[in-house]
Amino acid sequence: MFGKALQAVGSATRESLIQTGETWRLFAGVCSRLLLGPFRGERLRLRQAIGYAVEAGNRSLPLVALLCFLVGVIVSLQSAHQLRTFGAADLVADLVAVSMSRELGPLLTAIIVAGRFGSAIAAQLGTMRVTQEIDALDVMGFDVVSYLVAPRLLALVVVMPCLAVFADIVGILGGWAVGTTALGIGSPAYLQRTAEALELQDVWAGLAKAMAFGLVIGLVGCQQGLATRGGPEQVGRATTRTVVRSILLIVVVDLFVTALFYVGG
Amino acid sequence: MSGEIAISVRGLRKSFGPKEVLRGVDLDIRHGETTVILGGSGSGKSTLLRCLVGLERPDAGEVRVLGTDIFSADKKTMAALRRRMGMAFQAGALFGGMTLSENVELPLLEFTDLPPTTRRIVARIKLGLVGLEDAIHRLPSQISGGMAKRAALARALALDPELLFFDEPSAGLDPITSAELDRLILELQKVFSVTTVVVTHELESAFSIADRVALMHQGQFRVVDLPEVVKEHRDPVVRDFLDRRPPSQERDAESLLRFIEDL
Repeated sequence: MFGKALQAVGSATRESLIQTGETWRLFAGVCSRLLLGPFRGERLRLRQAIGYAVEAGNRSLPLVALLCFLVGVIVSLQSAHQLRTFGAADLVADLVAVSMSRELGPLLTAIIVAGRFGSAIAAQLGTMRVTQEIDALDVMGFDVVSYLVAPRLLALVVVMPCLAVFADIVGILGGWAVGTTALGIGSPAYLQRTAEALELQDVWAGLAKAMAFGLVIGLVGCQQGLATRGGPEQVGRATTRTVVRSILLIVVVDLFVTALFYVGG
Repeated sequence: MSGEIAISVRGLRKSFGPKEVLRGVDLDIRHGETTVILGGSGSGKSTLLRCLVGLERPDAGEVRVLGTDIFSADKKTMAALRRRMGMAFQAGALFGGMTLSENVELPLLEFTDLPPTTRRIVARIKLGLVGLEDAIHRLPSQISGGMAKRAALARALALDPELLFFDEPSAGLDPITSAELDRLILELQKVFSVTTVVVTHELESAFSIADRVALMHQGQFRVVDLPEVVKEHRDPVVRDFLDRRPPSQERDAESLLRFIEDL
């Protein structure tokens, strides 16, 4: 019994180490193709990347808007309750602005994009693997990383900061809605406080995070999709794994980037 | 060209876990010939095909395709070599989001400088060759299994390959569609004299298209020869396969008893 449990832990660890290795290899492959490829006369496939960026944006935008507006409302209500006891309810504007732009905007966007687009990547590539379409590309002489992975990653790295900026604005709007109605802060005063509270560095930190999250979602989705073996039921598993693993890694990366900006002042 | 070796395989070994699928395979495939690799399920023929086109890396041995050792060649050489080969997959492996015409155009778009109009014309010609000129704007989901196999063949022909590989061309087809596909393979081979490798378990199909038959059993070739020689071969394994006889399993009362006890 104990031996079997130990064996299960061992093989799960081995499996996740292999997948981590594959993800890094994919990352190195994409970097070399995107950064050095143009000098070697390889195509960048910008048109494909734009197509994926539009798809990722379309799939995620409505949900990002709804979720971030609601979270903006929630954060302002929660903080107003606490801040009122100190007679500092007008600080709600500062709190919402900083927390949305530094943390919640990029994080919520990443979670939605992982669910909407990361899972779609895994499903697309997984299906292509199962139906031998990737083998067919291979035999035809296509470079699978440059044809399938690089454009998706490029799209995500570009589209994530755009979505995060949108998320920030909508979230702040949520806070503004509560502030100007329930808390009785005047609209010009709320907006002025927001503008004063927002520092450029907060926005940069948020955008850097969003880019890193985009990279994580793309890499995990592509790795899981390409590693799919067997039948259609494995495609389903790959998509689920993509979402779970992406969210986990997003939070870990979030911690690192936050720590980096904290140390860097 | 004919008679020269296009593909040579030496000492190929491949295992998946504890199971040894290829156990030292040697094979020569001649230019301009159709070689049919015949064998039952699990004989290792599909794995061999995947090794021949470089989709599977063997544990040991060498595969030389058109003079290039494909497992030690660099990426560029390999990419160039792959443009000289075409493969028709078992279920077609057509790209689901593209029409048949776009499927055939894809390699042309990637590897040639042909303008769009010419690409479309070439795709129409290739699809016409396999009798699909009326279906060029259909999606793979809108066509039958036999049509998908023919479309896959058209795509494999897109870059005028010197080597053509077929994975189970008649699997899952009714006898008439299967015979049609065999006739198509024969005609194309005659017209373009492409070196063709076909992996199949269908006896009738194999002997109707083969210039040379290679019969595989448990990861090794039992016989590689002209079809008429293979047909008359005396080797018991070859005979069992050709006469569709399952390998005899003698089970005396004692072994049966042991089996029940083990249970």
